[in-house]
Amino acid sequence: MPFSAPPPASGERYALSASLDNARHLSSLLRAVHFQDHATCFATASGLRVTVEDAKCIQANAFIQAEIFQEFSVQEESVMFRISLSVLLDCLTIFGTSSLPGTSTALRMCYRGYGYPLMLFLEEGGVVTVCKINTQEPEELLDFDFCSTKVVNKIILQSEGLREAFAELDMTSEVLQITMSPDKPYFRLSTFGNAGSAHLDYPRDSDLMEAFHCSQTQTNRYKISLLKPSTKALALSCKVSVRTDAQGFLSLQYMIRNEDGQICFVEYYCCPDENITEAEL
Amino acid sequence: LSLRAVNSSRSAFASFLFAPLFFQLYEPGSAGPDTELFRCKVHMKSFLGIFRSLPSLEKSVGKCLILLKPRASRLVLQLHCKYGVTKTHNLAFQECERLQAVFDTQRCASRLRAPARVLAEAVVHFPLTLAEVTLGTGPGGKISLRNYVEDEAEPSKTMVTELWLAEDEFQSVAVAPGSHITFCLKEFRGLLSFAEASNLPLTIHFDEPGRPVVFTLDDTVLEVHLVLATLSDLKSSSQSPSTNGVSHLPAPSDDFADDLESYMAAMETSEGGSGGPPSPTFPLRTPRPAESDPEEEEEEEGAVPGTPPHKK
Repeated sequence: MPFSAPPPASGERYALSASLDNARHLSSLLRAVHFQDHATCFATASGLRVTVEDAKCIQANAFIQAEIFQEFSVQEESVMFRISLSVLLDCLTIFGTSSLPGTSTALRMCYRGYGYPLMLFLEEGGVVTVCKINTQEPEELLDFDFCSTKVVNKIILQSEGLREAFAELDMTSEVLQITMSPDKPYFRLSTFGNAGSAHLDYPRDSDLMEAFHCSQTQTNRYKISLLKPSTKALALSCKVSVRTDAQGFLSLQYMIRNEDGQICFVEYYCCPDENITEAEL
Repeated sequence: LSLRAVNSSRSAFASFLFAPLFFQLYEPGSAGPDTELFRCKVHMKSFLGIFRSLPSLEKSVGKCLILLKPRASRLVLQLHCKYGVTKTHNLAFQECERLQAVFDTQRCASRLRAPARVLAEAVVHFPLTLAEVTLGTGPGGKISLRNYVEDEAEPSKTMVTELWLAEDEFQSVAVAPGSHITFCLKEFRGLLSFAEASNLPLTIHFDEPGRPVVFTLDDTVLEVHLVLATLSDLKSSSQSPSTNGVSHLPAPSDDFADDLESYMAAMETSEGGSGGPPSPTFPLRTPRPAESDPEEEEEEEGAVPGTPPHKK
């Protein structure tokens, strides 16, 4: 159950203060974007966004709306800091990662502002753990300039259909090629590994296809090592939307339902691979 | 369609021959009387990778299409899964020579036939790590299975497992009395689990120690052969344990020696009388030259003694 932390000595209010009955609602989402050690946290009155980037090519965002929290308040217009995601996850799961039915870890998160550490108060079964994690100067984040008006192709698939495919991707292939087209093969995932090429085709009339809006045939390649971490988000999600814009930038949006049936989103953005060689069939 | 494999030491050869009726559709392609049958080889790992998880395959795959594209040098395997999803794998292949072990089950002195289940239940008593097992015939038509223990092993530290199967457990028994062979159990297990899954009886053709043992599965649309080298039963004081049966054969080239490494070191098998329940003792073998034919397990490209075999 939530509990309140002592107010800061100077009588000021916390820049960010939140309570969550079940810390898993936060930790499971953060794990879905944990492919780098550091993350940038951005909080506004609407909620919390945690961003992880790599190689200036890929960006993942986990969104936890204010409604998920039992209590969520942000004093300034927005609060932003950089933090070690590995440490944050270790703290959030300090009571263990296995979920026994009925038990959950309660969380209270407090951040006084620029230069201050992030305070976590975690409680389970009467035992309280206090964590203080240092924060850093936030770094500039990539802006993929991806908005719905620029989307050329979009599909929404039931995650069930993609999960096995992503888990079994031929990692000897350097790239994952995504083809989206109003004509056959409609939606195709291809790899070019040591064994040869492999293609996974999803027809537009498949039961798995919830929405299919492809206006143009596009084939783009992305570094497979960058996209592989998205498998975690896929495993948690029930639906995924795949969108590409005119430049071939890829947006993967995962709809995740937590234990209480609440909806959260994780999205991945990826740049197309510049070293394009002719696709072999 | 014929699928064949041989291990690197050439001591095990397997062949699966599928009749056209095995398939829903079988089109051998344009092969006139003059054109050679097409043969190719693919990397085992790549091929197996496509059929990685059998339970998930059973759940989600409806059909499998195998297509050979000789001009593109690709073997295409296409899995038609549920929800209309199609997985297409384009494997690179290499053309190759014919792979064939020379054996003749008619020439084997002994033959056993049993439902795969009987043998599977017998083999379960041996640890998975056990390399070799000895199959023998005993009094009263009983068949024994015993783990093979090297002579060098300390008798007090080794565990010996021996089990006997009555003649009536087999569908047919036609064996030379007092015969026995020792072969690699690990390689046999693979075939056994396939036989069990497909509910086919297994026939074991064997002869003297040193001559290969042939396991066959017969079905109307499928013919399976597994040929394994067996331990030869030589006693030779002039031989060091590491030598194989090569010294008894017409002088082959060095390449042959490599291939014949599969014939394991000659050892004498001897049994003391056991104090326990009636268990036959294998008679002491008198040394005699190995009759193992060097061409038995070679590839058949005009295998002439002294000609180096085709190296992969």
